[in-house]
Amino acid sequence: MELICPAGTPAAFREAVDAGADAVYCGFRDETNARNFPGLNFSREELQDAISYARRKGTQTFVALNTFMRAGHESLWYEAAADAVRLGADALILADFGLMAHVAETYPEQRLHVSVQASASNPDAVNFLVEAFGAKRVVLPRTLTISDIGRLARQIRCEIEVFVFGGLCVMAEGRCSLSSYATGKSPNMNGVCSPASHVRYRQDGGDLVSELGSYTINRFPREEAAGYPTLCKGRFDIADASGYAFEDPVSLDVMDQIDALREAGVSALKIEGRQRGKAYVAEVVSTLRKALDAKPEHRRPLLARLRLLSEGQRTTSGAYEKRWR
Amino acid sequence: MEVPRPLAAPLAVVPIPLIEGAVKLMFKSLLKRHPTLFERLGEHKPKRYAFRPTDLALVFLVEPARPAISVLRRAADPSTDAAVEGPLFLLLALLEGRCDADALFFSRALTVTGDMEAMLALRNALDGSDIDLPRDLGAATGPFAPLISRTAAAIRRRALAGETVAWN
Repeated sequence: MELICPAGTPAAFREAVDAGADAVYCGFRDETNARNFPGLNFSREELQDAISYARRKGTQTFVALNTFMRAGHESLWYEAAADAVRLGADALILADFGLMAHVAETYPEQRLHVSVQASASNPDAVNFLVEAFGAKRVVLPRTLTISDIGRLARQIRCEIEVFVFGGLCVMAEGRCSLSSYATGKSPNMNGVCSPASHVRYRQDGGDLVSELGSYTINRFPREEAAGYPTLCKGRFDIADASGYAFEDPVSLDVMDQIDALREAGVSALKIEGRQRGKAYVAEVVSTLRKALDAKPEHRRPLLARLRLLSEGQRTTSGAYEKRWR
Repeated sequence: MEVPRPLAAPLAVVPIPLIEGAVKLMFKSLLKRHPTLFERLGEHKPKRYAFRPTDLALVFLVEPARPAISVLRRAADPSTDAAVEGPLFLLLALLEGRCDADALFFSRALTVTGDMEAMLALRNALDGSDIDLPRDLGAATGPFAPLISRTAAAIRRRALAGETVAWN
């Protein structure tokens, strides 16, 4: 199975390649990609250099153009696709059916992957994208069990890529409106979930209080590990109860299930984290590379140290084992 | 690791112009080696960023647009757009992108306040650069470069031992 690794800067890109990535995914510095954070992402020149670096080391480069086009402003996405193709991207990761149609018609030789943002999670949806646009791979949402993935794999005509480590989005990606509800901006249209422009942290005694727009997301006592200020991982007072409504501040880690994923028909394992630093990318990619090449009984000790890098300093197997509330 | 008290305490009585003079020299040297350091800041370049080491009674104020750095006593509490607070060696590790800022935030080793978009932009700009303090600052010391770089690298190794640090 391939190891697909994130990069938000050229420095992180080189770290991912050197640490053993089979492919690195990244995006342009604009709203065409779902990690449109300040100071992050690639200019055209930086992408060109990155692709050259990756080629020399035998690593592929995937370019994520995985937001939904704004009506009347399609040219931003079309130009990004044209540049990614021209610069030699090995695959484009797309979510918008209109953009998929444009790429399939204009660049029929270009390899096309279906982004998790397209929320394609059943045989009819995936096979439609394969037949209509020639998609070669689908990135599945983090809402399926391994058995679900196995059943799906037997009914579709393209490769499957799944998230195995990193930030855990528990929603039907590409359809989630929580960030829009709180801030007016979303990963789907603007490339930002819980945008930093609307985030505030304040100290209240020993407590850390996180706020998103006009909502208090969490209050972490002094000794408690903190998490991202997203509504889906907020701690709320609901009726007489107080607690996490959707999911705890926790990260995904299913690397102890890689044999089961392989048997289910998965072709590629994806690490989340284009917004993370180069130290994170280097550490996670090199550790997961070792884990992939190691015997199953040696994997757990290798992976244990990554917990401290994770949101809330805790990890979960998420929907893959379906133990959610 | 925190700055040992016998080293931190005297800084409380050393005149600020003396400390600031040394810090400005280092800042200038870094910018000379990394002239595009602040390019990724975009619209956040005119903002003022404070670095507050919890183990020193000082505040470092960075203004990328000028570009300039000033040193103040912690009690001065200068007006800034965004601030990050934590042990000095972790702040320096962040400057190099040697530690993951999110992981340090999750562990509560760092506190961030103010304009988060500006702080995120600065974090990403620093992380995207190739700063190596022992190498970069050592290079400015002429014939002493190898000695300074080796000594600084040894201090860094010792200071960051046990942190979640990675480097290829």
